[in-house]
Amino acid sequence: MFAIAVLVVLAVIFIIMRGEKKPALYVYNWGDYIDESVLDQFEEKYSVRVVYDMFSTNEDMYVKVTSGGSRYDVLFPSDYMIKRMIDEDLLHKINLENVPNEKYIDPMFKGLDHDPDNEYSVPYMWGTLGILYNRKMVADPVDSWDILWNEKYRKQILMIDSQRDAVGIALQKLGYSLNSTNLDELEAAKQELIKQKGLVLAYVIDEAKDKMVAEEAALAVVWSGDAVYAIRDNPDLAYAVPKDGSNLWFDGMVIPKTAQNKELAEAFINFMNEPEIALANTEHTGYSTPHLEARARLSPEQANDPAAYPDPEDIANAEVFVHIGEMLKEYDRIWTEVKAH
Amino acid sequence: MSHKWAASPYLVWMALFIVVPIILVGYWSLTVKTDAGTQFTTENFRQFFNPVHLKVLFRSLELALIATAVCFVLGYPLAYILARNNLRHKNTLIMLLVVPMWMNFLLRTYAWLTILEKNGVLNTILRWLSLPEINILYTKTAVVLGMVYNFLPFMVLPIYSVLSKIDPSIVEAAEDLGADWVTVFRKIIFPLSLPGVFSGIAMVFMPSVTTFVISKLLGGGHYSLIGNLIEDQFRLVDDWGFGSAISLVMMALILVSMALMSKFAGEDRGLGLW
Repeated sequence: MFAIAVLVVLAVIFIIMRGEKKPALYVYNWGDYIDESVLDQFEEKYSVRVVYDMFSTNEDMYVKVTSGGSRYDVLFPSDYMIKRMIDEDLLHKINLENVPNEKYIDPMFKGLDHDPDNEYSVPYMWGTLGILYNRKMVADPVDSWDILWNEKYRKQILMIDSQRDAVGIALQKLGYSLNSTNLDELEAAKQELIKQKGLVLAYVIDEAKDKMVAEEAALAVVWSGDAVYAIRDNPDLAYAVPKDGSNLWFDGMVIPKTAQNKELAEAFINFMNEPEIALANTEHTGYSTPHLEARARLSPEQANDPAAYPDPEDIANAEVFVHIGEMLKEYDRIWTEVKAH
Repeated sequence: MSHKWAASPYLVWMALFIVVPIILVGYWSLTVKTDAGTQFTTENFRQFFNPVHLKVLFRSLELALIATAVCFVLGYPLAYILARNNLRHKNTLIMLLVVPMWMNFLLRTYAWLTILEKNGVLNTILRWLSLPEINILYTKTAVVLGMVYNFLPFMVLPIYSVLSKIDPSIVEAAEDLGADWVTVFRKIIFPLSLPGVFSGIAMVFMPSVTTFVISKLLGGGHYSLIGNLIEDQFRLVDDWGFGSAISLVMMALILVSMALMSKFAGEDRGLGLW
C-alpha cells in the first residue's frame, strides 16, 4: 500500500513538473555535426525546448529509433539509411510548404536515388570518405586505400569504426564495389581487414580528428568535414580522397514516425535552412553544405577548399552507398568477426 | 516482523528492474523473429559456440584473470599493511584509496587515455627525464591496466575488513607458542583472511570479465571482449536474441564460478561481503 502511495505521489509530481515545461523537440544527430548555439536560437525563437542527443553511426541510430522507447522528431541519417527507413515505412513525408527555405538547396542534391521525389528528406550536409594524413609523417603519396595496408605505418593508422565504411574500404581496395553483395568478394574483404588489424592503432570515429591534431597517428580514415575541422587546427595535416574509389555521401534531415510534433519538426528543418543558420553549421563543423546561399557566404578558404568541395573529376570513382537489404547481415557478421579476431 | 511493509518498495523495485528484465532476456534468447512471427529456437545459443565468439570469451576470461591476479598481488599486501593496528594516518590512507571511486568511472578511464597517449603525460615526463618512451595505449596491457586501476579497491577493501577483524590474541597465542611471523601468516592470518580474498576475487573478476568500456577506450576497439560483443548485438546489429543468449551464458558462468568459490571457501564462512 505504502509503495503504491509513494509511486502515485511521485507520478503526480512528475506529471505536474512536465506540464509546466515548454513543448519539446527531440533531435537525434551525429556527434560534432552542428553549431550547438543554433539550438539555443531555435529554442528562443519558437519558445520551445530542444532535447539533443548524438549518435556515431547510422546503424546505432537505426537500432535506437526502431527498438521503441524513443520519441525523436528529427533525425540526420545518411542516404542509404534514409532509403532503408523509407522502405520500412519509418518516415513521415515532409510537407515542404512548411519548409520554404528548402528553395536554397542546390538542385544537384535533390532527386537523388535514396529519395527520388524529395518527399522524405531535406539535404543537410554532404561529403566524402577519405584519408587524413600528417605530411610530416607520411612521405608516400596518399592516393589509394592501399596505404592503409602499408607496413611502414604500423600502429600509426586510425581506422574508422563503422561497419559499412570499413568493409567498403576493403572492397574498394580489392577493386570491388562498396555495395557488393557477392559473398566471395565480402569474404576477401574480411581477410583484408583482418590482415590490416596488426597495423591499426585504434578503431575510432569522432576521436580520430583530435588524435590527428595531437599527432598521435600518421593516417586516419575520416569523413571530409572532420578533415576540414582537423586541418584548421593543425596545418601539417592534409586530406586525400583515394582515386581508386571512395564513398560519396549525403546526409539529410528526416522526420520519423515516432515524432510527436511534426509541425515543430518541420519548423526546425526550415530553421536549419535559414541562410545564417546553415552558414553557422557548415562553418563550425567543416562539412560541405548543399545550401546555395550558405556556400556563397562562406569564406573563400572554406568555399574553395578541395577537401570540402572537391573537383568532380577527383570523385569520379566515388560511389554512393545503397541499402542492401538482407545482405546487411553479412556485413554485420564480417565486422563482428574482424573486431573479434 | 511488524516492519515487513518497509521492504515493499524494494520488492517492487526488484520485480521491475531485476526479475522482469531477466525474464525478458530469457525470452529473447530463446526466440527469433521471422516473417511468420516469433518462433522458439536454440539457434541463439548454438551461435555462441561459433569459434569467433569463443575466442572473444576466452580473451575476456584471460584478461579478467590476469587483472584479478594483479589486483590480488597488489591488493593483499596493501590490505595487510592497512589492517595493522599500529599504522599512523590509517584513515587518511583508506581515504586515498576510496576517494578516486567518488569520481565517475568513465572519466577516470578517459584520463588514462591522456596519460598513456604517444604524446601524453607519461611520455612527456619520460622524455624530459631522457628515459625511453612507453607506448602501451591500445594494447592488452592497457586494458589490464584499466581493469586493475578501476577495480583494485574492490580487492583491497574486503580483505582489509576481514583482516582487521582477526582477534589479535590468536596471533599472540601463536607467537607465544614460538611461531615466527612467516608461520603466523601462513597458518593463521592467511587462512582466516580467505573469505575476504574470495570476495575480493569475485568483486574484481566479475566486472573485469564483463567490461566493455575499458576495452573500447583503452583497447582502441582491437580487443573485443564479451561485453563488447553483447553491446554490439543490442546497439549496432539489432540481434537482441543473440545478445540475450550471450548475456545468459555469462550469467551462468559467473554463477557457477561463484558457487565453486563459496564451496571452496567453506560453507560457514560464506563470501565475506556477499
